[in-house]
Amino acid sequence: MFGKLTLDAIPYHEPIVMGTLAAVILGGLALFAVITKYRLWGYLWKEWFTSVDHKKIGIMYIIVALVMLLRGFSDAIMMRLQQAMAASDAAGYLPPHHFDQVFTAHGVIMIFFVAMPFITGLMNLVVPLQIGARDVAYPFLNSLSFWLFMSGVVLVMVSLFVGDFAATGWLAYPPLSGIQYSPTVGVDYYIWSLQLSGLGTTLSGINFIVTIMKMRTPGMKLMQMPVFTWTSLVTNILIVAAFPILTVTLALLTADRYLDMHFFTNELGGNAMMYVNMIWIWGHPEVYILILPCFGAYSEIVATFSKKPLFGYKSMVYATSCIGVLSFVVWLHHFFTMGSGASVNAFFGITTMIISVPTGAKLFNWLFTMFRGRVEYNVPMLWTVGFMVTFVIGGVTGVLLAVPGADFVLHNSVFLIAHFHNVIIGGVVFGVFAAINYWFPKAFGFRLNEFWGKASFWCWLVGFWLAFAPLYVLGLKGMTRRMNHYANPDWQPYLIVAALGAAIIAVGIFCTLVQFYVSIRDRKKLTDPSGDPWGGRTLEWSISSPAPFYNFATLPQVRELDQFWEDKQNGVAYVQPAKYEDIHMPRNTGVGVVMGAFGTVLGFALVWHIWWMAAVGLVGMVAAFIVRAYDRDIDYWVPAAEVEKIERSRHAKLQQIQTTQVAPVAAPQRQKVA
Amino acid sequence: MPLACRVPTLCPRLYVNMHPLLSRLRYASVGVAVLLSGCNMEVLAPKGDIGAHEKSLILIALGLMAIVAIPVIAMTLWFPWRYRSGNKKATYAPNWSHSTKIELVVWTIPAIIIVILAAITWTSTHALDPYKPLQSDAKPVTVQVVSLDWKWLFVYPEYGVASVNELAFPVDRPVNFEITSDSVMNAFFIPQLGSQIYAMAGMETKLHLIAREPGSYEGLSSNFSGEGFSDMHFKAIATSEDGFKDWIAQAKAAPVALDGDSFKALAQPSQKVPVSYYGQVTPGLFASVVNKHMGDMPHDAASHGEMPMDSHHDMPMDMQHHEGGDALPSDGISSITTPTQAEK
Amino acid sequence: MSSAAVSVSHGALDDVHGGGVDHHHHDDGSKTLLGFWIYLMSDCLIFSGLFATFAVLCNSTAGGPTGKELFELPYVLGETMLLLISSVTFGMAMLNMHAGHKGKLLAWLAATFVFGAGFIGMEVYEFAKLVHEGAGPSTSAFLSSYFTLVGTHGLHVTCGLIWLVVMMDQMRRFGLNDDTRRRLSCLSLFWHFLDIVWICVFTFVYLRGAI
Repeated sequence: MFGKLTLDAIPYHEPIVMGTLAAVILGGLALFAVITKYRLWGYLWKEWFTSVDHKKIGIMYIIVALVMLLRGFSDAIMMRLQQAMAASDAAGYLPPHHFDQVFTAHGVIMIFFVAMPFITGLMNLVVPLQIGARDVAYPFLNSLSFWLFMSGVVLVMVSLFVGDFAATGWLAYPPLSGIQYSPTVGVDYYIWSLQLSGLGTTLSGINFIVTIMKMRTPGMKLMQMPVFTWTSLVTNILIVAAFPILTVTLALLTADRYLDMHFFTNELGGNAMMYVNMIWIWGHPEVYILILPCFGAYSEIVATFSKKPLFGYKSMVYATSCIGVLSFVVWLHHFFTMGSGASVNAFFGITTMIISVPTGAKLFNWLFTMFRGRVEYNVPMLWTVGFMVTFVIGGVTGVLLAVPGADFVLHNSVFLIAHFHNVIIGGVVFGVFAAINYWFPKAFGFRLNEFWGKASFWCWLVGFWLAFAPLYVLGLKGMTRRMNHYANPDWQPYLIVAALGAAIIAVGIFCTLVQFYVSIRDRKKLTDPSGDPWGGRTLEWSISSPAPFYNFATLPQVRELDQFWEDKQNGVAYVQPAKYEDIHMPRNTGVGVVMGAFGTVLGFALVWHIWWMAAVGLVGMVAAFIVRAYDRDIDYWVPAAEVEKIERSRHAKLQQIQTTQVAPVAAPQRQKVA
Repeated sequence: MPLACRVPTLCPRLYVNMHPLLSRLRYASVGVAVLLSGCNMEVLAPKGDIGAHEKSLILIALGLMAIVAIPVIAMTLWFPWRYRSGNKKATYAPNWSHSTKIELVVWTIPAIIIVILAAITWTSTHALDPYKPLQSDAKPVTVQVVSLDWKWLFVYPEYGVASVNELAFPVDRPVNFEITSDSVMNAFFIPQLGSQIYAMAGMETKLHLIAREPGSYEGLSSNFSGEGFSDMHFKAIATSEDGFKDWIAQAKAAPVALDGDSFKALAQPSQKVPVSYYGQVTPGLFASVVNKHMGDMPHDAASHGEMPMDSHHDMPMDMQHHEGGDALPSDGISSITTPTQAEK
Repeated sequence: MSSAAVSVSHGALDDVHGGGVDHHHHDDGSKTLLGFWIYLMSDCLIFSGLFATFAVLCNSTAGGPTGKELFELPYVLGETMLLLISSVTFGMAMLNMHAGHKGKLLAWLAATFVFGAGFIGMEVYEFAKLVHEGAGPSTSAFLSSYFTLVGTHGLHVTCGLIWLVVMMDQMRRFGLNDDTRRRLSCLSLFWHFLDIVWICVFTFVYLRGAI
């Protein structure tokens, strides 16, 4: 009846897990009580869960990512603590069984359920606004993507309390991840959570390519798109090209585990090297999927806060495209030590190095954007400068690892760990925080508190270097990754420093949470009446903050790059149209939520081999989708009168604050900060 | 390891000639080396040719990249400071956003450096190909390495002995490693001697190393392989010819033979396995371990009865929960433990 | 998951925005078509992954039966003809759609369904026979990759059949309108795409295997 699932699946004997479970249950109950008390369920359902508004979906992605960041970071702290303790004969406090799950979960969660939703959330929030569109190409599909992603999140979280998670490392190399060596449900949780969320990612990739190709406002040519949109376009092309490979790879592993097939097993002709190749053919583009939109965000931020157009827009676009193409021909550098021939290794090493040229060009472009500018040190800009310094080091160590001869001694060491955290924290995490601080007013109508934002930045920057510089050294001392304990007492001091670094990052995360709290509390004081708090250059700043649900009352005409900046210069930025028109909008739908729920049921049932339940989940998903195909009430018109009312009140507000040509609010705000 | 602090000789005998310009560059990066050698860094204190070559490669690559990286970092700190909005003395060019000259420089200079680095990569990757036998007058020693859950088995086909978790070889003689796995993937790595290579079931990978200084070096698996991974390390003893002879004699004296049955017993998962020796080894054992995981074989050969693969199914599922329970404290290299004892 | 993945993906794209009514937006039909093409390309990558896997593993028979021993070309040729004919009937259906003949359109769609279902029936029979002969997917890596590649194509066709039924029903209920036209165009693309994939399967798996 319940397949492999019995009450023993709950890890009663692990106090850490049980403590967390208790906290989650209590927290969940408290949240439930609060929502019920204030009668918010209806509001949440109508305005958020069923919403097809790209801005709200984007915000939901980012909120989930922040929650998952806390989970993934707890894993990081646990690892750092374990390694700081477990020197020589000491065993530390985490047995290997638990520790191995922790580092696997850390990697999986940080990449798939933190970095990806941050990126997808930002693209959702920003891209349609930057191209002057009223929504994405397929709003329902967008909601479906989000809820499929959510079902992946739910599965990963459930694995903490029911059964276990994979203990294989975040890419689950077979044969270790095969049924013979990983007989528990851990790898199955891994597979199904990634398949569900990966499906969502692929669908949103298709959605955004079509949005950007087909829904740009009249006049906007490709070479007039803001850089963030450009990087998003390339990222989504990478998503559509790379994620199917992940789907196939995981499906084959599934066939091995569930159907006794032999793709990657040790027996009957299986070939585990094929898995390693395939997973990295997805895995390396994935890295660029994460970093490119962050590059885009830095580009927007550096131009805005230097009060200058981005230097070398064209070369930025070409560099982005180069990186996108090259990202597909470098995957082998993840396993030079597999024993490929020297020429093959050298080829992939060299293609990897070539990527550093366009990436370097990007750095120079940002530098020369600041050159002869008037650089304002708001929080987004601090993250950007911090990123530039940090990322250079990450790039250098990356190129070093791309030299096969060097990789032969550095591969799989903690030097490698330090390198990719250097680029992922220094590049992606910094970029996401920069972007959140930058676009927050557009989403909510008020700015984030500067003091706590700066505190968070400095904690992250210092904490990062303290946590990872020792790992660079340890890598050169021959310490390998994923060690539960170690015999060499020399390593311990470095690991204690690293743990200290992680603690400082924890303070940084805490500062971010305080920043949100304080900003919401002081939202009146931090309000953004103009819709253009930083003196922005792109279209999203031309509309009110928060953006109206239809985004643009009239579609803006674009003739050049940074059209809004030009309009402000020419004093035509806030001209009201003579006449408003009806606006066509998609209607909210709960089908995405329903399909996500059935998807969760399907995934859970497959993990535990509860076949009847899996059938319910699958049939439920397909049926909900077909029902949706029969729904003919999927859109509506916003009457021109309503649009006019909303826009008039906006323009009245604008006149009140005496909008001048350039960046009206930025100057007083700077003084407040100083 | 006090020796580790000094910058070792960079040009050992097997060193592949590079452009003289590069060797000058290498001296430029000795500064980095001095900085880094403040602490013992095994990878930067190699005891063999391959490691030495790889060390200098790391330093050369870092030095080359510093040509771009250092100015970039300097500019990253200088520009935002110099052009801060409070500094009204600095030039402000609000519409300046293009300069062909700058573009040319920022694309060309990194590209040139990458071309140089690519040339170095091409030659060094071929020179350091782990599969390439080392050129030496001395007769090489062959060691067959099998990674097991979770220990290393070293077979000396020329001497008919085998050892677990201890490896010995003479200095100044190339060692030819033939590597495979009887379970999951591992990586065979002795940081102070140089390159690592994966150990994979059904595959034979090769690695060629040589030690130039006697000593006992840490060896380990660098590819995560499950529960007992953290203790999957071994001592690699580089010794004199006489020392090596003694070591072989010691191994020969062990009363246990490594044949199909004792291999099967050894292959059972176990952790923190103490060093042990086998005085005799069934010839062809290594090849049979490789072959039994190969899929292109006819059915009978692939699953030839002597070593069935499904030993892991016999493991109790909750084995993970009493980690270390089945391990003995290691009692040093002199102990001669039979594998069956080690299992208990 | 791939079956669910596939069934979710098709048609998901052509959902919101009635075609062409919204003069503020760009033309909706072309949006859907572009999206569907991109989806097809990503699906194509799924198949390339499976083909590549098959190419790597096709000799890893582990002493089990080889393709030469197993495949019956005349039977597979019959299967192939069914699928090819179903593509032709779908083409006829589309011609009638453009001409606005709803009745004929439905008839041709029904014919397509019959041929498609025949194809699936033959494939299921073939699989059952192989398993019965002891050449199931767990026999060797070669057979694992064979069953997975051919089976994934079969799953796609099955999804196509379900979609076909839904479209015939929608045609009866809603008649020929922008929505149904657009969805039929996507289905037609999907169907022909599967045809092309099958030709590759036939060539690389069966023909090459049998020689």
